[in-house]
Amino acid sequence: MTYDILITGLIIIAQILAVVVPVLISVAFLVYAERKVLALIQLRRGPNIVGPFGILQSFADALKLITKENIIPSGSNKIVFILAPIITMVLSLAGWAVIPFAPGWVVSDINVGIMYLFAVSSLGVYGIIMAGWASNSQYPFLGALRSAAQMVSYEVSIGFVIITVLLCVGSLNLSKIVLAQQTVWFAIPLLPMFVIFFISALAETNRLPFDLPEDESTLVAGFFTEYSSASFVLFFLGEYASMILMSSMTVILFLGGWLPPFDVYPLNVVPGVIWFTVKVIFILFLFIWVRGTFPRYRYDQLMRLGWKVFLPFSLFWVVATSGFLVYFDMLPN
Amino acid sequence: MVLYSLTFYLFSSVAVLSALMVISAKNPVHSVLFLILSFVNASGLFVLLGAEFLAMILVVVYVGAVAVLFLFVVMMLDINFVKLREGFLQYLPFGALLGIVLVIELGILFLTDRSSNIYNNQTPLQPIVNEVENTKMIGQILYTEYFYLFQICGIILLVAMIGSITLTLRDKGGVKRQNIDSQNTVDASTAIEKKKVKIGEGI
Repeated sequence: MTYDILITGLIIIAQILAVVVPVLISVAFLVYAERKVLALIQLRRGPNIVGPFGILQSFADALKLITKENIIPSGSNKIVFILAPIITMVLSLAGWAVIPFAPGWVVSDINVGIMYLFAVSSLGVYGIIMAGWASNSQYPFLGALRSAAQMVSYEVSIGFVIITVLLCVGSLNLSKIVLAQQTVWFAIPLLPMFVIFFISALAETNRLPFDLPEDESTLVAGFFTEYSSASFVLFFLGEYASMILMSSMTVILFLGGWLPPFDVYPLNVVPGVIWFTVKVIFILFLFIWVRGTFPRYRYDQLMRLGWKVFLPFSLFWVVATSGFLVYFDMLPN
Repeated sequence: MVLYSLTFYLFSSVAVLSALMVISAKNPVHSVLFLILSFVNASGLFVLLGAEFLAMILVVVYVGAVAVLFLFVVMMLDINFVKLREGFLQYLPFGALLGIVLVIELGILFLTDRSSNIYNNQTPLQPIVNEVENTKMIGQILYTEYFYLFQICGIILLVAMIGSITLTLRDKGGVKRQNIDSQNTVDASTAIEKKKVKIGEGI
C-alpha cells in the first residue's frame, strides 16, 4: 500500500522534472537568443565570448547573479518580499502541467485544461503586486499598480479569444483543442483573434511594447527595482518561462499544437514534439522581433487599446462566430 | 485513496487556518493575501470533489480579478492600523452573532440531510469521474432549466455596473485627452500656418 504510493509519487516527480528541466534550459537559451536577435536587429554582435558563439552566456550570468549578495531592504515587508519572486517562478512553471507536447505527452490531461492555463496566467499578477508593495519604495509600487491594471484589462480580451476558440472546439481539453484543428489551423479562420491574442499575450507577460511595469526609462526597473541576486534571478526566469508558456498556449489555440501543417508524407513522419517546438520558437521569435521594432506604449494608450479596441472587437467576434456556427449548423457537440 | 485523504486534509486545514488569519492578521494587506490563500485552497477542495470547472472559475474570478482589486484598494488606502483595532470589541457581538447563525445553519444541514452520501462519509474522498464533463453538465442545466434566473443574474450585474460607472464618472473640465482620429488626419495644410512677419515687430 505505502509502496504503491511511493511509486506513484516517484512517477509524478519524474514527470514534473521531465517537463520543468527542459523548460528551464530553454529559458537560458531564450535569453541568449533574445540578445543575439536584438543584436542582429541593431547591427551589433551580441554575446560572443562565453563558449562557442557565446552560447553559454546565460549560464555565466545566472551563476554571477546567484553568487552575489541577496539584499533585503530594511524597510521592506520581509516575508512578502521573499515570497513574491517565488510565487512568480512557481506560477510560470505550474502552467506546464497541462500543456500537451505531443499526443499523450502531457503531465495531467484534465478536462478544463484551457481554464487552468487562464487561471494560472491571471494569478501571475500577484508576484508583481506583492513585490511592488513589499519593497516599500516608490518606483516598485508604481510598477505594481500599473501591472495590476494592465494585466486585469488584457485578461478580459484573452478570455473572449479563448471563448471564440472553444466555440469551434466544444471542449476545454487542450488535446481536444489541438485535434479539432486537423482540417485547418484556427489561425486561418480566426485570424483577427490570433492577432488579438498575440498582442494580449505581450501585455500579459509584460513584454515590450507593453512593459510598463518595469519601464526602465521612467521607473528605474519597475517592480523589481529593490531585488538583487537570487530573487532577481527568480523574477527573470519567471518572466521568460511565462513567455514560453504563453507562446505554447498560442500554438495550441491557433497553430495546431503538435500537428504538421499538412498531413502529407514527409511532414507527418516528423514527431509531434518537434512541430510543437518549431512553432513555439516561431512565436518566441515574434516576441523578440516586436521588442526590437516597436517603441513602448504610453500608459493611457495602453489602457485605451485594451478596453476600447480589443474588448469591443473580441466581444463582437464572439457573437459573430457563434452566430455563424449556429446559422450553418456547424456547432460541435 | 490515502493520497486523496491527505490532500483533502491539507487543503481544508490550510483553508481554515488562512481564514482565521484573515481576521486576525494585523496588516490589512496580509489579510487580503491570506484571503487569497483561502480561495485557492477552496478551489483545491472543489477539484477533489470532481467539480473542476467550478474550481477554475473560483480561481479566475475571485483570485484573478476580485482579489486583485481588493489588494489594489487596500494597498492604496492609507489605513490607520491602530484605529482599526479600536473598533474590535465594539463589533465583536455583531460578528459573533453572524458566526453563531452560520454554525446553526450548518448544523441543521448536517442533521437533516442524510440522503446524500457526502455527509454519510462512507466512501473515502476521491475524484468522481463522470462520463459527461461537468462543464457540459453545468451548461446543459444552466441554459435550459435555469435560463430565466441566469438572465436575471446578468441584468442585475449590468445594473450594478452601470450604477458604479455613473457614480464614479465625472467630467472635469480642462482634462487633456488624446484624440487619435484628429491626430491621424493632420497634414501640412492644417498643421502649418504661414505668416508674413514684419521686420523688427514679430508676431
